[in-house]
Amino acid sequence: MNSFSEYSKQISQYAIQAQPDPYRPVEEYFKCQVSNMGSVMLPMLNGWYVQESDGLTTYDNGVIAGSLKAALAQCPELVKPCLFQQKPEEKDELTASNEAQFTDGIFIYVPDDVKVEKPFQIVSLINSREDLLVQNRHVINMGRNAELSVIQCDDSTRYGKTFLNIVTEISLSENAKLHYYKTENKEAGSLLFHHIFVNQKAYSFFHSNAITFNAGYVCNNIHVNLNEPFAETKLYGLYLVDKTQHCDNHIKVDHVAPDCKSFQLYKGIMDDEAEALFHGHVVVRPDSQRTSAFQTNRNILLTDKAKINTKPFLEIYADDVQCSHGATVGQLDDEALYYLRSRGIGEKSARKLLMFAFANEICHFVEIPALKDRLSDMVQRRLNGELTICDQCMLHGAENSDLIFPIDASKL
Amino acid sequence: MLKIENLHVSIKGREILKGVNLEVNPGEVHAIMGPNGTGKSTLASVVAGKDGYDVTEGTIYFKGKNIMDMSIEDRAREGIFIGFQYPVEIPGVSIANFMRTALNEIRQYRGLDPLNGAQFLKLMNEKKKVVELTEKLSTRSVNEGFSGGEKKRNEIFQMAMLEPMLSILDETDSGLDIDALRIVANGVNQLKTKDNATIVITHYQRLLDYIVPDVVHVLFDGKIVKSGPKELALELEKRGYDWIKEEYEQGKLL
Repeated sequence: MNSFSEYSKQISQYAIQAQPDPYRPVEEYFKCQVSNMGSVMLPMLNGWYVQESDGLTTYDNGVIAGSLKAALAQCPELVKPCLFQQKPEEKDELTASNEAQFTDGIFIYVPDDVKVEKPFQIVSLINSREDLLVQNRHVINMGRNAELSVIQCDDSTRYGKTFLNIVTEISLSENAKLHYYKTENKEAGSLLFHHIFVNQKAYSFFHSNAITFNAGYVCNNIHVNLNEPFAETKLYGLYLVDKTQHCDNHIKVDHVAPDCKSFQLYKGIMDDEAEALFHGHVVVRPDSQRTSAFQTNRNILLTDKAKINTKPFLEIYADDVQCSHGATVGQLDDEALYYLRSRGIGEKSARKLLMFAFANEICHFVEIPALKDRLSDMVQRRLNGELTICDQCMLHGAENSDLIFPIDASKL
Repeated sequence: MLKIENLHVSIKGREILKGVNLEVNPGEVHAIMGPNGTGKSTLASVVAGKDGYDVTEGTIYFKGKNIMDMSIEDRAREGIFIGFQYPVEIPGVSIANFMRTALNEIRQYRGLDPLNGAQFLKLMNEKKKVVELTEKLSTRSVNEGFSGGEKKRNEIFQMAMLEPMLSILDETDSGLDIDALRIVANGVNQLKTKDNATIVITHYQRLLDYIVPDVVHVLFDGKIVKSGPKELALELEKRGYDWIKEEYEQGKLL
């Protein structure tokens, strides 16, 4: 894994750790108005689960969701097998700090054979004028044949320096399926480190789709262990950064067992002096025959000062495998531009159409129609410079934030 | 409508067109024929305004206006349409979104109100019939995964949507089987009016059985070396281009 010692040292500068607010009804904090999504809300404010009753809800179908702290007290037998599962070599300074000091987080348990229809939506809001340190740990425990979609929204609504050090641990039992959607919309002063660890058993399926609309400094780390045969993982990502924003995606997929499949597609657009990094690492162990592993990273740089570091990386020790990797960095396709213009579409609109098409490909893989439309719309508005924070997400009592980071098509 | 005067064009210092003269009037269909590499596609690209071509001499007038300094999109908005030989695939841009953007930008240029969603859909469904398109165009990306025949039908569909004054169809017949050829030609014929004009660029006489030209031109060595009635196409089909070459080299043409 990567060394984050430089950043772990910064943790000490963020002396203030937010305390949980006294209970208030969730609706007083926020509600998501995205139509037709029908999601179950798991709200977090400044790093604390917004408490309702005892912090943990058991649904009719046996699904348990709520605060990780509460779950550790009430049903430790469901939490502990999935908690702190990293091998020593998978840890770094930040995950170690999180392990020692995490305050709270979300716990979701889906029992064997339960297919959850409504998506669960974790909304992590930061709303503080203080410099905050937030260390959360989320745990998702999926039983055999269980199915679930999780949407995680990371938003900031006020300026202020925040350091978020988040770890999510996901365990997928045999034939479990998890779709994990993530949106990030962070203001310039925030640092967000999110480590996601996934352990997959036989025939399980994991799909992650992470869209970074505004970054501040964002670092997404995904580490997937395909521990048993016929597990499959699909990782998609999109980062749209400008000004001095920074977005990293470090991915490691470890094909521990044979007959597994992994697929990665990450795309990004960098404007102004923004920087992004893609580091996709696939390991195919000696006995992991009949592995399929594909990874692609495509980027568009809009200025001379924008920067992308990309490193698709395959490490293969088995001989009967199908693997490919590739990265592109470039501008828009001149022939496509000519074609659009020859039909009367102005150059600026043509560039916007192509840029949107490039970015929107990632939204196509979202399997919840309402969310897909919503994300497409946000991508469109982000590229037009019209997106601030997700304006469907209302936070009562907060001042209107004026985050505007236009990606400027005229610079293309 | 279109008047090309003494057009000389070079690509990277190599002269491709060496003095083309051509006049096309409303209501006419012209065919430009000629062997490979004589500059037929270059001529279409230069009329469209594509970058990368050096016009060293000559002028192109459209509707009496000199269009040499006009952008690609403004030429299209004035009413020039190119049916491409190799239409590009544009993943992620739906045909419907593409056409709606194009149509509304053209309308804006002409001082017309944009079409609303319902008006646009109605128009699109009407025009799909011209080339017997049945696909759902709202979800399909431009040319992505299309067969050769579908791409060419999509070109004529776009022509039907945009209703250009002048259409230049660059080897629209290449890669088409006989049924697709009939559909495409039939579409072009349906769109013909007394006010618009068509230039058909082709190698083969076959297409001209369906789209009957008023004038046939032979482009050879960067010049139009011979023009004649539609029977000229039949003669070329029968005799090939060698006799043109011979006569040209002997100085009998032009």
